Amino acid sequence: MTLIEVQAPGMQTTVQDLGRWGFGQLGVSACGAADAMALRIGNRVIGNPDRAAALEMTLLGGRFLFRGDAWLALVGADFAATLDGVPVPLWTPFQAAAGQSLRLGGARAGARSYLCVRGGIEAPEILGSRSTHLPSRIGGFAGRALRKGDLLPIGDPPPALPPLEIRPGVLAQLRPASAVLRITAAAHSASFPDSSRAALLAESWGVQTDSSRMGLRLSGAALAAPLGGSMTTAGAPLGAIQVPPSGEPVILFVDHQTTGGYPIIGCVISADHWRIGQLRPRQTVRFELVSFDDARRLLLAQEELLRAEILGL
Amino acid sequence: MQESDATLLADFGGPASLEVHRDVMALYHALARAGIEGVKNLHPAYCTLLVVYDPLRWAPQDLIFKLQEAAGSAAVATTPPRQIDVPMCCEAEFAPDLAPIAASAGWTIQTAVERLAAATYHVAFLGFAPGFPYLLGLPPKLAAPRLARPRVRVPAGSLAIAGAQAGIYPAETPGGWRLVGRTPLRLFEPAREPMSLLLPGDEVRFTIIDQRRFEELARA
Repeated sequence: MTLIEVQAPGMQTTVQDLGRWGFGQLGVSACGAADAMALRIGNRVIGNPDRAAALEMTLLGGRFLFRGDAWLALVGADFAATLDGVPVPLWTPFQAAAGQSLRLGGARAGARSYLCVRGGIEAPEILGSRSTHLPSRIGGFAGRALRKGDLLPIGDPPPALPPLEIRPGVLAQLRPASAVLRITAAAHSASFPDSSRAALLAESWGVQTDSSRMGLRLSGAALAAPLGGSMTTAGAPLGAIQVPPSGEPVILFVDHQTTGGYPIIGCVISADHWRIGQLRPRQTVRFELVSFDDARRLLLAQEELLRAEILGL
Repeated sequence: MQESDATLLADFGGPASLEVHRDVMALYHALARAGIEGVKNLHPAYCTLLVVYDPLRWAPQDLIFKLQEAAGSAAVATTPPRQIDVPMCCEAEFAPDLAPIAASAGWTIQTAVERLAAATYHVAFLGFAPGFPYLLGLPPKLAAPRLARPRVRVPAGSLAIAGAQAGIYPAETPGGWRLVGRTPLRLFEPAREPMSLLLPGDEVRFTIIDQRRFEELARA
């Protein structure tokens, strides 16, 4: 079995797949890739199933020695990767020979890069997923971020698939640069004062540096809490924008707790979840309100383009 | 009600009570049994059930129809709740916040422990962390606000109070609830069946143990 040796782990590198679903009633977070769209594309270009596990790197990438030949794809943000000193392309399969070392630098734009390996990262499946949930130390590689010296086995490679070239322009169409996150109203948005809802859409919000896969803390303005006091703890969705007593909103992200007690003013639409995963600390974002019909139309259009150009080939 | 473009929220209205929670759990069990394709997670809470679904599979109005069908066809749950005994050690080392809580209730520590043990608790739901039970049934005089500054480390098994809620930390985490005891039982183990000691709807009572018994059970 081919092994990957972690020579340098990067800032926070974890094993992730498409998440741990079906155990929310036990308090188990879904976790999974912060930019699931990138992971799906990366798996597809090297012939893996969508749900194969990959290494998710954040802001600063790692250095990996291959102890056997492997087909790889790097997707997501550009971390200036080199294989034995030679730059490697993004979104395109390439081969590493035994003894070669892949080195990633810092993210030039965006925040997360995925190293997809043909055959997938072979971590034990826990509750149906190989994803790492750092807060509860479940899944992935011993429930933690990678460290120097870790040895990661690669799974059996799937049968050969025809090589896939993504047509130029498709990625720009799927992943347009934008500083806007689109949101829908939440079930109890109307309990917030009008001034809070207006400020949410009018302000530019800065991503605070203590943001994580659990949540992104935003600074910009203090939003007034709902009229009529606090709400009781309830299940909270991925992408929910919670307003704690400080008034500074928090976007619940992939590692978020399954329930929350703070009121939710809106939720980022599914078509923009990948974009949350690529936000950098100190970057600013704005919110744009769309209808539920538009949110669904945008997601279906995104998926149709993905299937037509990449996944369906 | 639509909560996000991938979730529906069934809201039974507050305030939290055993009656409202029974309705939440009846719907939860009906939907869990129905096993509807494209429903990815169910999160019951005090007064609500959040349904997480695949928005590529379902348009919300179609899913609502499907959920109503599943809820309507379900027999009313008549199975009595499971009764679970949880050994609990309330000695000072394991219960750093018990003395001030007892004092503000006007009780001795011993009375506070007796009242904790005399109550029956109802597992409303699991959240915050895998296997963390939110318990209804705390004697009202023991209610206490969260700490102003959360502890960096709360030991696994800690029985804790926040307002009128009680809960038990399954693993060592930071936490802002007030600590009044500790159980040697492991609340959550993914490799065990069932992986969570407590499930929504369970009835829980605490059997008070001393520190020696705690150590014995912890080693077992």
